[in-house]
Amino acid sequence: MEIPYNVEERQDTGMFNAKLGIWLFLASEVMLFGGLFSAYVFLRMGDVTGTFISGASELNIPLATFNTLVLISSSVTMIMSWVSLKLGEQKKFKTYLGTTLLLAGVFLVVKYFEYTAKFHHGIFPETSTFFAIYFTLTGLHMLHIIGGMVVIFYFLVPGSKMMNTESERFTNRIEIVGLYWHFVDLVWIFLFPVLYLL
Amino acid sequence: MSGHSVEDIKKSVKVYIGVFAALAVLTVVTVAASYLDLSSGEAFFLAIIIASVKGTLVAGYFMHLFSEKTTVLAVLGLTFFFLIVIMFLPFMAFTDQAVI
Repeated sequence: MEIPYNVEERQDTGMFNAKLGIWLFLASEVMLFGGLFSAYVFLRMGDVTGTFISGASELNIPLATFNTLVLISSSVTMIMSWVSLKLGEQKKFKTYLGTTLLLAGVFLVVKYFEYTAKFHHGIFPETSTFFAIYFTLTGLHMLHIIGGMVVIFYFLVPGSKMMNTESERFTNRIEIVGLYWHFVDLVWIFLFPVLYLL
Repeated sequence: MSGHSVEDIKKSVKVYIGVFAALAVLTVVTVAASYLDLSSGEAFFLAIIIASVKGTLVAGYFMHLFSEKTTVLAVLGLTFFFLIVIMFLPFMAFTDQAVI
């Protein structure tokens, strides 16, 4: 059975179905991370022993700054891959999407070094309320990065066949994965100062 | 999103590059601001302001929210309302505790 409205716009919503779908999903994601940010505020307000200040001072700001720049760059390459498809430049599309995947990998590698450095110093989620929320927030964010990488890889290799058979539908799919990826970047933009700098 | 003609897309590439530059500069500003001698309240306020500007740039330009359909904006408006509510819950809890 043909899935309706995967290219043409629905009259009532003014967009193709997947776009409304991803926005509804992202709305639920806003509440998921919002709940955890709220937990952060709650724990920080109740922190009378100063574990949040001392905990944040244990984190590696230069590495996190580098990772922020990596993620911002990946957002640009992501949107450029969509632009390339819109302009019919398939080779450029693959280069940009491949670069996005590579940058996501760099982010994960840096995070791996950050995590292992903490573990070697005997710092775990149970160490303090700060590190409990730090590992929860960054861990959940990292899972989102991994999820995004799986989808990006799919569109880069096995799913890219659609580029030649249903190019408009494929372009819409890339727009959708792009919206998700920008959201992951958006979350990090708030995580970085809240966890590392305050 | 409106404006999907080839000409519009070529123009928007310059915007994307500009947004990228702004995000990179603001990231450096965020880190630099954290070294200022501010009270924790002031530092928190400043960091959230800069992060909000960066977030608006990403959502507005990369996610095309500045030119998005009303349906999406309505969904996000409702979400934002509940986000504000959930962010205020800790303050309500601590205010309540202070009264007791």
